[in-house]
Amino acid sequence: MLGFIIQRLLQAALVMLAMSALVFVGVYAIGNPIDVIISPDATQDVRAQAIARYGLDRPIWEQYFIFLGNLLRGDLGRSFLFGMPVLDLILSRLPATLELALIAVLAATLVGVPLGIYSGYRPESPISKAIMAVSILGFSVPTFWIGLILILTFAVWLGWLPAGSRGPTRELFGIQWSFLTLEGWTYLALPALNLSLFKFAMMVRLARAGTREIMLGDTVKFARATGLSDGSILRRHVLKLISIPIVTVFGLEFGSTLAFAVVTETIFSWPGVGKLIIDAINSLDRPVMVAYLVLVAALFVTINVLVDLVYALLDPRLRPGAKA
Amino acid sequence: MSHPSLDAPVPAAGIESAALGTAVPATPSHTTSAAVTPVRAAWREFKENRIALGALSVVFLIIALAVAAPWITPQNPYDIGSLSLMDARRPPGYVGSEGYTHWLGTDASGRDLLSAILYGLRISIQMGLMAGLVGLVIGTTLGMVAAYRGGRIETVIMRVVDLQLSFPAILLALVLVALLGQGKTQLIAALVAAQYAYFARTAYGAASAERRKDYVEAALAVPLGGSRIVFRHILPNVTPPLIVVATVQIANSISLEATLSFLGLGLPVTEPSLGMLIANGFQYMMSGRYWISIYPGIALIVLIVAINLVGDQVRDQFNPRLKR
Repeated sequence: MLGFIIQRLLQAALVMLAMSALVFVGVYAIGNPIDVIISPDATQDVRAQAIARYGLDRPIWEQYFIFLGNLLRGDLGRSFLFGMPVLDLILSRLPATLELALIAVLAATLVGVPLGIYSGYRPESPISKAIMAVSILGFSVPTFWIGLILILTFAVWLGWLPAGSRGPTRELFGIQWSFLTLEGWTYLALPALNLSLFKFAMMVRLARAGTREIMLGDTVKFARATGLSDGSILRRHVLKLISIPIVTVFGLEFGSTLAFAVVTETIFSWPGVGKLIIDAINSLDRPVMVAYLVLVAALFVTINVLVDLVYALLDPRLRPGAKA
Repeated sequence: MSHPSLDAPVPAAGIESAALGTAVPATPSHTTSAAVTPVRAAWREFKENRIALGALSVVFLIIALAVAAPWITPQNPYDIGSLSLMDARRPPGYVGSEGYTHWLGTDASGRDLLSAILYGLRISIQMGLMAGLVGLVIGTTLGMVAAYRGGRIETVIMRVVDLQLSFPAILLALVLVALLGQGKTQLIAALVAAQYAYFARTAYGAASAERRKDYVEAALAVPLGGSRIVFRHILPNVTPPLIVVATVQIANSISLEATLSFLGLGLPVTEPSLGMLIANGFQYMMSGRYWISIYPGIALIVLIVAINLVGDQVRDQFNPRLKR
């Protein structure tokens, strides 16, 4: 098991190295690195200083090592727009995004999986058909459009919930959170709902497909023969068997929720990382773009490793050395 | 190869296909009567699903309207001379200064929304088709080469594809647009880069199953050349699952393009797709002028949902596990 973990970590480090090279080529080699790092309205002195600091006068492979070195020290440059180190900037926006994404994915799983199991268990019932119809819509309709409709319905027409921004927050462990106050929840509700619909659709489909297959299998036959009720078969056996793909999706989706958060945060003016990156792209704040890319890549690699490890814990066949 | 939903990170749209079994190569349906061609048999089966048939007619109707837009719209919405600010932001049914009725209202510059929507559909469909087709060609070629050649080429290609599949398409497209700049070619490149991996995965899965079949061994024994075996013998047999993925991916490209345009990262203002029309109307939504955003959105969603419904039926037809 330890060898397996080390092997996975080494792979992850390799992927990160490859990603950093790609980001470097993408941002530094394709574009003009001087424009990337130095704000256009900088003075000649600042310009010369920065060129020396980032070694832009040296050969390209040396520049890559300087870039890597800065990366490892957490120096990703300063934002043109906010004039602060981009790492601090991103970290200050991260809690808002994490909070939103976590609530969205949790809600989608807690609601979607039971509904999916039900619609796999009774595929022909009208309720199942309704569940599937909602999930097809959740899959097909672009996230930004659902966001618009939510704002129009709940904020403009009904006036029940605020249409955007984060509202009041309360501090916990030195970080500001919305979920600690009731008013914070009114601001969280619409963006979280918006972000969770796609995940909900996916969880429903996944749980449904898994349940349909397992219900026909021997596990369920034997469980029935022992006199278990269908309800406890679903809870004890089916849920356990479909949990592996669901754990994967939960892990991976948590990462991709960050991606969709870009859209949701823009619509609801939620001050998270997603809105930050869109603002950065629109205002050509390249240091922020680079830092965001590197952090997202790191996040994805971490999630992939974690999912692999959880697999190995859940399913002994996937452990190396234990060939099925 | 074990089931893809268990061993490989499967992203958004891939999950659904993997869980439902499209990644499993579908065998062409065998027809009992020699007079019935496979195409005709498939069409006969397709017709039985009334929802899918209706969706297909809707898709054709929308394409026809979009193609005919210059001849059937009352106004060329991008001819600045024909616009009047007197007509700006009028509700649906308003009779404008030109003397005809704006059935869907007008936007902030006094454009007839119906005309703008039909012109926008042209651009959206065009982008979706181009990105889908280029992605299909590149992805299929890569996937089939990987399956046919095996060895190191296979490892490298499929590693990259799997890595990319674990990265959300929208984030990748976002990054590429940010790096490459705005424009039609850049946008198509971004959409293709975000989507080719789905085609590669599908083509690889289907082709590596075909690769082991006797007819390929026979062709190798003749001996026929590699490219001839791949394109003349294996390709026809991997076409069905690719058609399914292509349908879904064209819808996804349209949706992704709309999302990027909505975020202001899509096409230049001179070529407004539906996403941009929706974005332009967003700011007027708070004051209750819903039609500027809502009607282009409805057009977009009808198109995407219709394509997806057609795709669902095609997938069920090609899925041997659901055959009665």
